[in-house]
Amino acid sequence: MAAISREEVAHLARLSRLAVTEQELDQFAGQLDVILQSVARVGEVAADDIPPTSHSVPLTNVYRDDVPQPSLTQDEALAGAPDTFEGRFRVPRILDEED
Amino acid sequence: MTDLTRMSAAELAKAIAGKEASAVEVATAHLDRIDAVDDRVHAFLHVDREGALAAAERVDRGEVTGPLAGVPIAVKDVIATKGVPTTAASKILEGWRPPYDATIVQRLRAAGMVMLGKTNMDEFAMGSSTEYSAYGPTNNPWDLGRIPGGSGGGSAASLAAYEAPLAIGTDTGGSIRQPGAVTGTVGAKPTYGGTSRYGLIAFSSSLDTPGPCARNVEDAALLHAVIAGHDPRDSTSIPQPVPDVVGAARRGASGDLSGVKLGLVKEFAGDGSEPGVLAAFHESLEALVKLGAEVVEVSCPHFQYALPAYYLIAPSECSSNLARFDGVRYGLRTGDDGSRSLEEVMSLTRDAGFGPEVKRRIILGTYALSSGYYDAYYGQAQKVRTLITRDFQSAFERVDVLVSPTTPFVAFPFGSRTSDPYQMYLADLFTIPTNLYGGPGISVPCGLSEGLPVGFQVMAPTMADDRMYRVAAALESAVGTLTPPTL
Repeated sequence: MAAISREEVAHLARLSRLAVTEQELDQFAGQLDVILQSVARVGEVAADDIPPTSHSVPLTNVYRDDVPQPSLTQDEALAGAPDTFEGRFRVPRILDEED
Repeated sequence: MTDLTRMSAAELAKAIAGKEASAVEVATAHLDRIDAVDDRVHAFLHVDREGALAAAERVDRGEVTGPLAGVPIAVKDVIATKGVPTTAASKILEGWRPPYDATIVQRLRAAGMVMLGKTNMDEFAMGSSTEYSAYGPTNNPWDLGRIPGGSGGGSAASLAAYEAPLAIGTDTGGSIRQPGAVTGTVGAKPTYGGTSRYGLIAFSSSLDTPGPCARNVEDAALLHAVIAGHDPRDSTSIPQPVPDVVGAARRGASGDLSGVKLGLVKEFAGDGSEPGVLAAFHESLEALVKLGAEVVEVSCPHFQYALPAYYLIAPSECSSNLARFDGVRYGLRTGDDGSRSLEEVMSLTRDAGFGPEVKRRIILGTYALSSGYYDAYYGQAQKVRTLITRDFQSAFERVDVLVSPTTPFVAFPFGSRTSDPYQMYLADLFTIPTNLYGGPGISVPCGLSEGLPVGFQVMAPTMADDRMYRVAAALESAVGTLTPPTL
């Protein structure tokens, strides 16, 4: 049985904001199925009582002193943007016209 | 006069400090070498001749000194370099010039090192062959029809092609060590948190570790010492002194390993490795025994689950990290013709800007983090990570370091593993456990199989980076460095 269907891959692509083509879907569905069947082996390990590790460094809540530091200027921060308008990032419309 | 491109970093630094060669001469020799051979190797995505010569002139004017002042270096294109194009080998960042330097780049500049340019890699450091670079692969100087490893294939190939004496890589699952192995060069992954991630384009934040690439162990240690150490701009940076890696490399080079216990991981024995790789590995092990080391077999029963756990954890983190590429603040924007919504433009931009491996991993990670699958996949992988860490800790109660081949196979021909992504993932079978644990690992050349380099991996406990340099340098003193064919 397949671990993941073509429809599920299409749904995940939408969630990931990837406008994949039909051809990509065909290709990815088979490949992801092989990968998922391989990685599902983690389920063989009896680990119910084992705490998860998110990170190898035993540090939490690392803060610096609350003192202002130099940072990028507005021009520097905007320099790489595909489109700007009056010192801001310009984006396509967010709301539909009827909203 | 000696060919400056054939000298080690330590020799170059000495020659520049002693005024036997100027930093500008050294930089020019390497830039000319890049001009002469990089159309065949394609190690570089961008060469910064002007910036390199300016940095070299500062050294020649005596404005900056230090153990590696004036020595040229190549930097992997996933690392932010102020004003110098940084693409992570992706179309989505084509032409982007970062407004700031990564911490490690700041440290290279402060040390008077001369950045030659940015090296090719698999897109966003996802791959083991550089075949996933959006700008075409890098060719292995040992055989131009074969892969140079990945993701940091450009950095490793630049060393083997004598285009640079040193390079910077990043290692998330083996991206420094595996390219080192298949190009006959040295690649070291420091302890996670030992080198700053500030200014690295994030792939998998709990695993990404920048580190040194070199043609010999001492050079790698010298570069390690320049870039390592606490950085307040990285919240996972370890606030402890850097282990004396240079001293350890020099001590190891004396060739005495009496009292050192090497752990041979039982579960790695013959695990899909090519016979020639195993033969070179075992001959090297015997060489280390002659230097006084003792070999102890250890069991790490959960290492067999490292690859599956990694391919859940790394894609999950990548699916989150790569959400920032949305066509708003930097990089590519596609389909913004006034008729489409932001969301449509975002989706079109990401589909046009990302290559197939990046998309596969984003989709896989999104799946592993989905409600209903989270516990079975991402959550379970994190528990396996704990068990792998415990395997390392109990092994290090009995031995000083663990050893293995770096990668199961020598450089493979282009196209032989791209149709089946999982076959590509197997290249990192022996390097991934170290990333999940967070400890340091180094690959050092240990011989040839069918005329191609084989790498020997040494893994050490966290913050005991010096230990792996000592063993690697001892091995190098016994088996020597490898000289690639003339290009």
